[in-house]
Amino acid sequence: MASIRLSVPETASKGEVIELKALIQHPMESGYRRGPRGEEIARDIITQFECIYDGEVVFSAAYGPGISANPFVTFHTRATQSGTLLFKWTDQDGQTWSDTAELTVT
Amino acid sequence: MPLKLTVPTRFNRRAFLAAGGGTVLMTSTATPAFATPNVMRQAQIDLFGDREIKPGRVNLKLPSIAENGFSVALDVEVESPMTNADYVKQIAVFSPRNPIALLAHYQLGPRAGKAAVSTRIRLSGSQTVQAVAEMNDGTLWLGSAETFVTLAACVIL
Repeated sequence: MASIRLSVPETASKGEVIELKALIQHPMESGYRRGPRGEEIARDIITQFECIYDGEVVFSAAYGPGISANPFVTFHTRATQSGTLLFKWTDQDGQTWSDTAELTVT
Repeated sequence: MPLKLTVPTRFNRRAFLAAGGGTVLMTSTATPAFATPNVMRQAQIDLFGDREIKPGRVNLKLPSIAENGFSVALDVEVESPMTNADYVKQIAVFSPRNPIALLAHYQLGPRAGKAAVSTRIRLSGSQTVQAVAEMNDGTLWLGSAETFVTLAACVIL
């Protein structure tokens, strides 16, 4: 099970630009490495990341094997109204992981 | 100081590769086909079309020396007010030397408030990474950063 760590402020004033950080535990196996017997290690990467806030995708990213293991991203959004921020990762086979954070806008 | 040292070695390596030494090495160790500056340019054309990319507005930061190519901190920030009338639509990060030129592709919008993204990337050697940002008016801007990688990713051990 992939472990997810988020850094989201609990409160923000309306219109404030907040910094969001998200990390998921994942090997991001590039597909270019070889195992101890010289066999190719199959590619296994997360290809999509999305942050959904206030019913809208506010940030999304497409990844290739050039992203390090345990992909970490810092980005920003403007606090519009209290609600849930959904962070969602999708891997190359369509498997998804997600986590949410509550934000109170004053 | 270390930068002064890197310049001659880089050119020596290029001369070696140009002399055909690189092809022998690559085929014998069966390493993946690495991107070249031309491949990187093609990746930019694939994503944005053959439009003019102007230098400026994009501030890309990499450590000047990356000790571990498997995890290099990358910061990219685009000068933009991020209002509904003027915002950054997308940012793409390209490598001229990795097996795949396009490293990451970010979609933003006016709701981002600030066009700044940080992440960690893999680099298969010393190179000048480029970041291209597309504004909502369709203009493209380029920022680049050079880094010296001590331990490269993607090396077959």
